[in-house]
Amino acid sequence: MNQDSTKISLTNRSKMVSNKKMTLIERFYLPAIFKGMSITMSHFFRKETTIQYPEVKRPFSDIYRGLHVLKLDDEGRERCTACGLCALSCPAEAITMIAAERKEDEKQLYREEKYASVYEINMLRCIFCGDCETACPKEAIFLTNRIVPSEYKRTNFIYGKDVLVEKADARVDVSKRQTPEVLEFKKDKTKSHNK
Amino acid sequence: MLSQYLFFFLSFVAIVSALMVLLSKKPIHSVLYLTLTFFTLAGHYILLNAQFLAVVHIIVYAGAIMVLFLFTVMLLNLNIEGEFQKSTIMKFIAAIGGGMIFLVLIGTLKSFDVATVGNPELTQIGLVKNLGKTLYSDYLLPFELSSILFLSAMVGAVMLGKKDKQ
Amino acid sequence: MDMTFVIYKLILCVVILLLSLVIAMYATLAERKIAGFFQDRLGPNRAGTFGLLQPVADGLKLFMKEEFMPANADKILYIMGPSLTMLVALLSSAVIPWGGSLIIAGKEFALQVADINIGVLYVFAVISIGVYGIMIGGWASNNKYALMGAVRAASQMISYELAMSMSIVTIVMTTGSLSLNEIVAQQHGMNWNVFTQPIGFVVFVICAFAETNRAPFDLPECETELIGGYHTEYSSMKLGFYLFSEYINMFISSAMIASLYFGGYNFPFMDDLGLSHNMITIIGTVVLFAKISFFGFLFMWIRWTLPRFRYDQLMRFGWKGLLPWAIANMIITGFISLLIKNNFFAFLTK
Repeated sequence: MNQDSTKISLTNRSKMVSNKKMTLIERFYLPAIFKGMSITMSHFFRKETTIQYPEVKRPFSDIYRGLHVLKLDDEGRERCTACGLCALSCPAEAITMIAAERKEDEKQLYREEKYASVYEINMLRCIFCGDCETACPKEAIFLTNRIVPSEYKRTNFIYGKDVLVEKADARVDVSKRQTPEVLEFKKDKTKSHNK
Repeated sequence: MLSQYLFFFLSFVAIVSALMVLLSKKPIHSVLYLTLTFFTLAGHYILLNAQFLAVVHIIVYAGAIMVLFLFTVMLLNLNIEGEFQKSTIMKFIAAIGGGMIFLVLIGTLKSFDVATVGNPELTQIGLVKNLGKTLYSDYLLPFELSSILFLSAMVGAVMLGKKDKQ
Repeated sequence: MDMTFVIYKLILCVVILLLSLVIAMYATLAERKIAGFFQDRLGPNRAGTFGLLQPVADGLKLFMKEEFMPANADKILYIMGPSLTMLVALLSSAVIPWGGSLIIAGKEFALQVADINIGVLYVFAVISIGVYGIMIGGWASNNKYALMGAVRAASQMISYELAMSMSIVTIVMTTGSLSLNEIVAQQHGMNWNVFTQPIGFVVFVICAFAETNRAPFDLPECETELIGGYHTEYSSMKLGFYLFSEYINMFISSAMIASLYFGGYNFPFMDDLGLSHNMITIIGTVVLFAKISFFGFLFMWIRWTLPRFRYDQLMRFGWKGLLPWAIANMIITGFISLLIKNNFFAFLTK
């Protein structure tokens, strides 16, 4: 333990620099070199930590924050009402949308009277913080444990509704994310962002 | 006769590259042409069946001295604009000095009897063993003297390279 | 001249040339694989099984890349640099004895291209002119980083050549020959020079690292300080030649270490196996390549273990560290061999 009170060490692991004179054996450097080589050699036979990606995938946590999904409700209608809270809460300003009014013959497509005709997320700006998911009052947007694939062009990273909205025949399961605590939290209208 | 053609080829390259040492505009090119000249000279040594001399020539001249030359020229970054103008009297003295060396060379070559060389393929003097024996028996004193000369040169270089204590 | 002699030398030349190229190719793969294993990774494994086609893919990539030449580069010297490096890298394989001799149809064929009586000096000359390619390329690029790399390469090569030559001189003193073939033949069986010259061996290995510009002596191409050093401005196959010749140099250096200090193609109990002459030669060649692979592995092992020297440390180590050891080793060896010659140790055997 360092007795010098002027130097505060939080971890207590810091080593003081010493410029002591090296002994004769140390000055040959060869023992130190052999020590280093034995360390690398021990790594040579250690098991590789590589995960061979396309064949083997790292198991993601259920609440992993990856590619977004715009959920449909049980009847296959879009839940999003284009309120813009997600865009407002987004710290990276990655979300843009254009709202439109639902026509009479579109009732089976959109749940609310107002819907997002354009909904875009710029995946290069997005920091996958999940604030949009927290902000959404309609439980329309969720982050999922899918990942955003790489692209060749920057414009390809602006994901529109064609990618984001889940397909009716291939629903994305987000039930794991909606833990009772989350649902309880979302009900609480006194919390500022749920107002 | 293959060795004769080789001799003419090497001589031609040697003379051309030696001229190019003087005629090149960039100092780096001069140094590289000089290196080429040394290589052709080494080739001549091999033609005279003096392999040891040839290899030592390459090691010492091409491998060490010319590398140092190249090193220095690269570091100094010499070019035509930077070259300082020499005074006329300097040029005059240099011309006289060079001409006198040339005369001495011609005089030496004239008195040199070519026939004494003999057939290079029969003389084994260039091989390491014979050369070593000759150096350490007949020419022991000059050999040792030159080594002392080298030693003093080395000591002098170290002295020059030492930092000034004041 | 005998026609069979010409054909046999030609075949030998081609085989050795191709062998060094293929080995250098796969040394690049081995380097990446070994680096991977040292860092708990797998290394390249996508091109072919275990990544065996990776060198081909790399070569193809280099060929397809754009040939770039800086605007103010010295055109001829810019092309000459990598070519010279490659040429010099391939030159020294001529005098290394790759095996004993094969007896085919009553004729003896030595597995060495040229058994010249000054083989060691020849190798030394080739090493000493090896720096030209780097210097010319670095200067011709007209780039300050490249020039710095070239200048570093030159001073490093000259500094470490001295200690290297001193350690070779010690070998020459004990064996009494400058011919590589003779030096290897004298290490018959288990009489390897490494047992009589341990200090010389260590000095030689360290200098071999420095001469091949391998880590921890890779200051001429030092990425963190000089971007790429002497090959900063090079692209496509010209860069490929530089990178490739480094591996050829490594291969030749390993072969030299194996020949000078580890008995070359000799292996223990080679006389007691009762095999035919040709069989011994073939096994000897295999043994030589095993030794070369080991030293190649050592080169890589060191590279992925030790950090790079600082430039002043490099110079101090070369001149004040290695050179005195090499000279001391030479003097001690000379003293002891003089005593042996004068039967000073006769009382021990009495």
